Amino acid sequence: MSEHTEAAVRAEVRAWLEANWNTEYGLVEWRTKLIESGWGVPHWPKQWYGRDLPVGLVPVVDEEFARIGAVGVAKAGIRTLAAATILAHGTDLQKEKYLRRILTGEDTWCQLFSEPGSGSDVAGAVTRAEFRGNQWIVNGQKVWTTSAHKAHWGLLLARTDWDKPKHKGLSYFIIDMKQPGVTVQPLRQMNGHASFNQVFLTDAVVPPEMIVSEVGDGWAVTTTTLMHERRGADSLRSWARGSDKPGRIYDEERAEIATVMEPYKWYPQRAGRVDLIMPRARATGAIHDPVVRQEIAKVLIMSKAAEWLARRARAAQEQGRPQGPEGSLGKLISSHVARAAARVHTQMSGADALLTGPDSPEGGIIAEILVSVPATSIAGGTDEIQRNIIAERVLKMPREASVDTAKPFRDVPRNTVS
Amino acid sequence: MKFSFTAEQQEFRDNLRRFLAERAPTKEVRRLMETEAGWEREGWQRMNAELGLTAVRIPEEYGGHGFGFGEHAIVLEEMGRALLCAPYFATTVLAAGAILHAGTEAEKQALLPGIASGETVATLAAAEDAGSWDAAATTLRATRAGAGWVLNGHKSFVLDGHTADLIVVLARAPFTAGEAGLSYFTVPGDAPGLTRTALPVMDPTRKLARLAFADVPATPLGASGAAAGPHARVMIEAAVCLANEMVGGAERLREDALAYAMMRMQFGRPIASFQSMKHKQADMLVDVELAKAAAYYAAAALDEGDDDIAATASLAKACAAEAYLQTAIHAVQVHGGIGFTWDNDTHLWFKRAKSSEVLFGDATLHRERMMRHMTDAA
Repeated sequence: MSEHTEAAVRAEVRAWLEANWNTEYGLVEWRTKLIESGWGVPHWPKQWYGRDLPVGLVPVVDEEFARIGAVGVAKAGIRTLAAATILAHGTDLQKEKYLRRILTGEDTWCQLFSEPGSGSDVAGAVTRAEFRGNQWIVNGQKVWTTSAHKAHWGLLLARTDWDKPKHKGLSYFIIDMKQPGVTVQPLRQMNGHASFNQVFLTDAVVPPEMIVSEVGDGWAVTTTTLMHERRGADSLRSWARGSDKPGRIYDEERAEIATVMEPYKWYPQRAGRVDLIMPRARATGAIHDPVVRQEIAKVLIMSKAAEWLARRARAAQEQGRPQGPEGSLGKLISSHVARAAARVHTQMSGADALLTGPDSPEGGIIAEILVSVPATSIAGGTDEIQRNIIAERVLKMPREASVDTAKPFRDVPRNTVS
Repeated sequence: MKFSFTAEQQEFRDNLRRFLAERAPTKEVRRLMETEAGWEREGWQRMNAELGLTAVRIPEEYGGHGFGFGEHAIVLEEMGRALLCAPYFATTVLAAGAILHAGTEAEKQALLPGIASGETVATLAAAEDAGSWDAAATTLRATRAGAGWVLNGHKSFVLDGHTADLIVVLARAPFTAGEAGLSYFTVPGDAPGLTRTALPVMDPTRKLARLAFADVPATPLGASGAAAGPHARVMIEAAVCLANEMVGGAERLREDALAYAMMRMQFGRPIASFQSMKHKQADMLVDVELAKAAAYYAAAALDEGDDDIAATASLAKACAAEAYLQTAIHAVQVHGGIGFTWDNDTHLWFKRAKSSEVLFGDATLHRERMMRHMTDAA
């Protein structure tokens, strides 16, 4: 389509931004205007705040926003996953009700998938939703829920049929988090932070129009959400920087980012802080120790090679070629890098590695690395699950024989904790 | 920096892989590795006549194709994959590298066309019995004899040293030490006073020789006393090229181990269905892909004249060395008992992994070298 050439799109978005962008807007006020123009989510359908633009041209729009310094729609956290999921599976009524306030950033969302009894095996959820009277009544416990205490809405995976096989008995709901049946408790981690929550659902209520897709179709919808979660991991990082320019809208955006990013402030430490290795080696004198030098080199080699591998994957993607195996390995490699980096940080710190808190090395950062790194090989898919994925999907090795998918879920052995 | 191959490069690789699969199957590897020479001139010349592989990185003005390390590395990776028995590395990476970096215009004109055409098989004799490829370790002496020069001493671990037509020799002037007083010379393989002995090598697919020099007449190559710089450069290129050769072999081992696991039945199922095997294969893929990324990056960095190339080359060599050997160890393990037999092909690559690990310095040496370059630069 001629209207979708790069030059035409660039000219059109630039003209619109030059006519409308102003740093003295309020964040919601500006985003409302942006959504009406279709430039906030240009690849979305015209009917729902977009312009039906091919995804390949979105970077052109992003470039123009960056050029003028314009703020985009709200992208942080689970709300983007909610938007993608509702757009793909939701009813018009749900799109009407939720999409706009997701894009303006007025509503915060959380994801209620993981349970104490089902971590890697998300489809083994036992939180139950029963249709009683004219509404769904939900009972169960969810865990690892980021921002649950701030969220207005939750994306809920619950079991609606125990006689069907595991994946067939699940349904997907949107649940109002601000109701008496929902109790949120912070979950304290081994590094002392409480970035996640446990959510207790006790006779929580979901009106029938808030089921997403059909009863029993919950796993397909969940797959959509998880797919977008994996895809979004990269863009979150670049988004989280914000602008350092003055202006009302920038102030509001900085405040929004600070709130959203608060739970993630230890994430650089869980990755091992490879960037601190050489400065620490110089500061501690470990740079002169041939044994430590070997260990430092091992980490740097792995980390550099991982960076180049990721660049290769991205280059393939940009050229529209199918990604080779390099695209599936990053998660597993990052665990190796983090563990090796934590080891070297310990070696370099000597007895100081026994200490924690603001007076310990690097204002406590080193101590935080040492007790945060174990999260890397668990969160977002354990190393073991990653290896299964690599073996089965990339190397096409035989799938693990399953013992739980063919029979009614009520007959499947499961954890006693619910 | 370039992070992908062009369509032309990919096509070049595909053609080369087909050619090598046809001309250098494992049966041929086994036949040649049992010979003392380790290669045959007829096959070598045919390969170069058909594909011009010795000419790849030699500039056009000296009869070559004038490609960069990007293409040269592809050739080496595919040869490492096929375990080709040929004096290719010695000739095109070591000898041609030394001539390109140290030689005068006239010397390049005289020596390189023969290499480019495949007529001259050449090598570089740098290491001695002490087993160091560092220029400073050189003890072989070059002295004046009338209008010319003679060499006295020995060289060892010389790639294809017993069969090369032309040998570039790193030698030291009397009363010099360290990196001063070092020069390159060339001597023909049949020079008087030169005794060449094939070494009993653990990896029979890569032949090494010890060379004894007794008043061997030699021709200077490049400026007298100034070989340390060019030699360091050649060793950087050698590390990058070997890294690329290694990742080719590592990937082949990984693929063969996977194919075997898919086929091998135990307990009524393919062993590839066991999670222990799947996790091992995933780990092997990680090792090999990381090493490939580093090797490819280093080759591109050579072409782009990257300032950090010394550190990057050592990084790529160390990474490939660990990955290749680890993959070889896993590959034998995946094959089980049969993997430890002579008849199974795994040991051929295992031994190449081992010899490549040590050649031009092992991973420990290159990690230290990388650290030194990084800390010196800062």
